[in-house]
Amino acid sequence: MSASLEEDLGRLDAIVHALEAEDLDLDRALALFEEGIERLRSARERLNEAGVRLRALREAADGGLRLDDLRR
Amino acid sequence: MTLPLDLDEAPRERPSTVTEVVDGARRVVQHAFAPLWVEGEISNFKIWPSGHWYFSLKDTASQLRCVMFRADARRVPALPQDGLKVYARGELSVSKRGEIELIVRQLLATTEGGFFAIALARARAALEKDGLLDPARKRRLPAFPRTIGVVTSPEGAVWHDIVAVIARRWPHVELILIGARVQGEGAPEDLCRALALAQRLERLDVLIVGRGGGSQEDLWAFNDERVARAVAASRAPTIAAVGHEVDVTLTDLVADLRAATPSAAAEAAVPDRDEVLLRLRTTAGGLGAGVTRRLALASERLAHAATRLSGAVDRRVTSTGERLRRAAARMGVAAGSRLTTREAAVARLAASLDALSPLKVLDRGYAVARDEAGTVLRRVADFPAGRRFRLRVADGEVPARSEPRP
Repeated sequence: MSASLEEDLGRLDAIVHALEAEDLDLDRALALFEEGIERLRSARERLNEAGVRLRALREAADGGLRLDDLRR
Repeated sequence: MTLPLDLDEAPRERPSTVTEVVDGARRVVQHAFAPLWVEGEISNFKIWPSGHWYFSLKDTASQLRCVMFRADARRVPALPQDGLKVYARGELSVSKRGEIELIVRQLLATTEGGFFAIALARARAALEKDGLLDPARKRRLPAFPRTIGVVTSPEGAVWHDIVAVIARRWPHVELILIGARVQGEGAPEDLCRALALAQRLERLDVLIVGRGGGSQEDLWAFNDERVARAVAASRAPTIAAVGHEVDVTLTDLVADLRAATPSAAAEAAVPDRDEVLLRLRTTAGGLGAGVTRRLALASERLAHAATRLSGAVDRRVTSTGERLRRAAARMGVAAGSRLTTREAAVARLAASLDALSPLKVLDRGYAVARDEAGTVLRRVADFPAGRRFRLRVADGEVPARSEPRP
């Protein structure tokens, strides 16, 4: 998945808006529809990845960053 | 030179040293006075490199030397200035210089809000001067954050509350705890350290700074000018959840968003999964409706184009037929035999229409009998003897009467 959920949702709004314009070329309309379906799928997939990841940030002894996983 | 005459008056006992006297006086003074509150106005305020404070308390007639040691002085939230009226609590003593002095343990400003209000007003003015309290500085939070930092105490309920809300509402993020002491001595410094540490994260979409509720003194670290500046300097938009309904801290004022509780901060930080799912469903509907409408439009246009195309073909076919007919006529061949199916059909139809016309039938010698009402008389039974009727022939009507049958 390359696009972020935000990009997908923003693009979907634009696609629905474009499809509402009557003067849209048919080939273009169908291409937009296909893209819309793909973006819907990608957004749903993203929403199905469940689980918050919890981590703790500390400064390591050498001055670097240390991220440790935390349990709930 | 004469010998001193007053030798006779020399002390009989060993004289006290200065130190002995001062120390004695100190013991007496310390014994005579229990710790006490003194009210006065500050003058000659100085901080020594040791961190101790030296000043005098005065009223219209007298003044009293005061010292406040570093450990006590650092608990006072703002530096006193000359002219400030204060209550000082401490123990009376005598200094090595032989002066009575008050060793101040606690110092309060007599003005409303005390030193807290003074410190707050000063810090606020400094932040204001740098434009950090300008509402126009406030940034919008990202709609779909992926990484959220939380600067708070690892022990308190704040972290737990935030995790609970986000796990329920939007379980699609990484939550990063950056632990810090949020109250007591050293809290401002520790908060600043944690805030600076958060800035070193590669990705950080939102930063929550929070603690639970508490007294104003417990919240004090969040009124520290350094903490407020560190929050204002955050690269990621910030949410303050200092958790106090009544007192708004400087951290609240500089943060991009102020939340009443840590849970409210978590809710503000993420979208609601159910709402986003609903939005996706609506979008899917819009997508389907949009493409369906577009296809219907296309099919309508196609039908229209087909009609026009067919008309054009017809015209072309007709003119072809016309040319054929003329050519056929020239060749002495009966016209129509070579016409297109369509033209032949039309010709056949026209011919049969012609054949069905009653006038054509009458032309061939037939007649139609009708009564006075115009009803066609078809059978023998329609003609009783003596019945008058009318006969329609090709060129007009003839009155008639049926004769009795033999």
